[in-house]
Amino acid sequence: MKVIEGLKYSKDHEWVKVDGNKAIIGITDYAQDSLGDVVFVDLPEPGEVVNAGDAAAVVESVKAAADIYSPVSGTIIEVNTELEGSPELINEDPYQNWIIVVEINDASELDFLMDAEEYERFCKEEA
Amino acid sequence: MKKTPLYNKHVSLNAKMIDFGGWMMPLQYSGILQEHEAVRTESGLFDVSHMGQIMVEGTAAREFIQRLITNDISKLRDNSILYSPMCYPDGGTIDDIMIYKLNMDKYLVVVNAANTQKDLEWMQSHRDGDVTVTDASEQYALLALQGPRAQDILQKLTDIPLEQIRFFRFMDEVNIAGISALVSRTGYTGEDGFEIYVSSQNVSRLWDSIVEAGQEYNLVPAGLGARDTLRFEAALPLYGHELSEEISPLEAGLDRFVKLDKGDFIGRDALLKQSRDGVSRKLVGLEMVDRGIPRHGCQVKADDKIIGQVTSGSFSPTLKKNLALALLESRFAEEDTRVDIVIRNKSLKAKVVKTPFYVKRYKK
Repeated sequence: MKVIEGLKYSKDHEWVKVDGNKAIIGITDYAQDSLGDVVFVDLPEPGEVVNAGDAAAVVESVKAAADIYSPVSGTIIEVNTELEGSPELINEDPYQNWIIVVEINDASELDFLMDAEEYERFCKEEA
Repeated sequence: MKKTPLYNKHVSLNAKMIDFGGWMMPLQYSGILQEHEAVRTESGLFDVSHMGQIMVEGTAAREFIQRLITNDISKLRDNSILYSPMCYPDGGTIDDIMIYKLNMDKYLVVVNAANTQKDLEWMQSHRDGDVTVTDASEQYALLALQGPRAQDILQKLTDIPLEQIRFFRFMDEVNIAGISALVSRTGYTGEDGFEIYVSSQNVSRLWDSIVEAGQEYNLVPAGLGARDTLRFEAALPLYGHELSEEISPLEAGLDRFVKLDKGDFIGRDALLKQSRDGVSRKLVGLEMVDRGIPRHGCQVKADDKIIGQVTSGSFSPTLKKNLALALLESRFAEEDTRVDIVIRNKSLKAKVVKTPFYVKRYKK
């Protein structure tokens, strides 16, 4: 299982890359592996406002559908439309192939997320 | 939780294990898409030892089975197999089963794992005359070798000319890699292939022999995930989805396995009435027009009114489309009819298409 230093992680297995006031959000290697072959991604419309913990997108594998929760509150300003035609990119490289970008309302919410080391421990406990 | 004799093998192959009707079974090894593709183009090996086996014996065995099933067993020959629904008096389906005729007075009935106990009790409570009904599930392990290379692989392990075993036929006591097996040309994938019944003690050795023989043909171990997408594309019914105690075989479109003129059987009156009046619901194929994957239980609507529901839905790995089987009010069953499928509270457009979604020509 691959975990990347410098990213923040949620208990729902999303990763967040903070870039100024933007949060780039995707799913972790652990998440893509437990989902299996991803065959469908349902993206929100840019401009939608989300609260931390809201389902913002859906990633579906052959067997299951998983909600992708935004770990932060804010406005969705970008979605990765490349995933609509090539959902398998999430399996190939889950950290390169982000899903949404949220303009952060409240940076203090980031404090509730885990760092790489904490997340790795969290996954081990869950497994 | 029950385990098949191959449980440790699956774990050592890093399979993702799941609970399937009380059994710990491999969902996937390398991945559902890859395993699916391998079965369509080369071959795959499945452990389906969870399936139930019931031995029916006695001079009254044939008459007994004939009364329980909707298909007609009277003309079935030795070493041949009959597929049939088994129904309640109201026409609802108890199970769909395979009946292997070993001889005039001995039949091996293969049933869905989760239904084994229910079927046994039903059969035992309807015994009449010289017939015994025994649960043989523990004795048998079952491998399914499926795909266009299945015969090439298995032929390496036996002197019996396998091309002599035609579709829905079987041969007993076949020597495969030194192991005695019952081999049938059957399967649940829409591909050519074999199902191989062996004693539980020998199945691990047989698995290894087949895997080794299959190396040159790119054989892969395949799990229940691929088994489900393969059977779904071939529109083969899955009990609990396309068939259930509430769904009759006529509603599920299995008319050719319901022989209303064969004489009396349990469920005949109800099915005869459905046949005369026409069924009110029908199983159809749906293809998504909008983006979305329909799943089991999704509602289907027309003009904002509920007209049925999805029994199975999936991305089709072979056809690269999002498809569903759905039980709809019969007037919506015509090809090209537009309907809506409700996925996560959104009504998404779909249209009725022909089934099976995927057809392969193979040895009959």
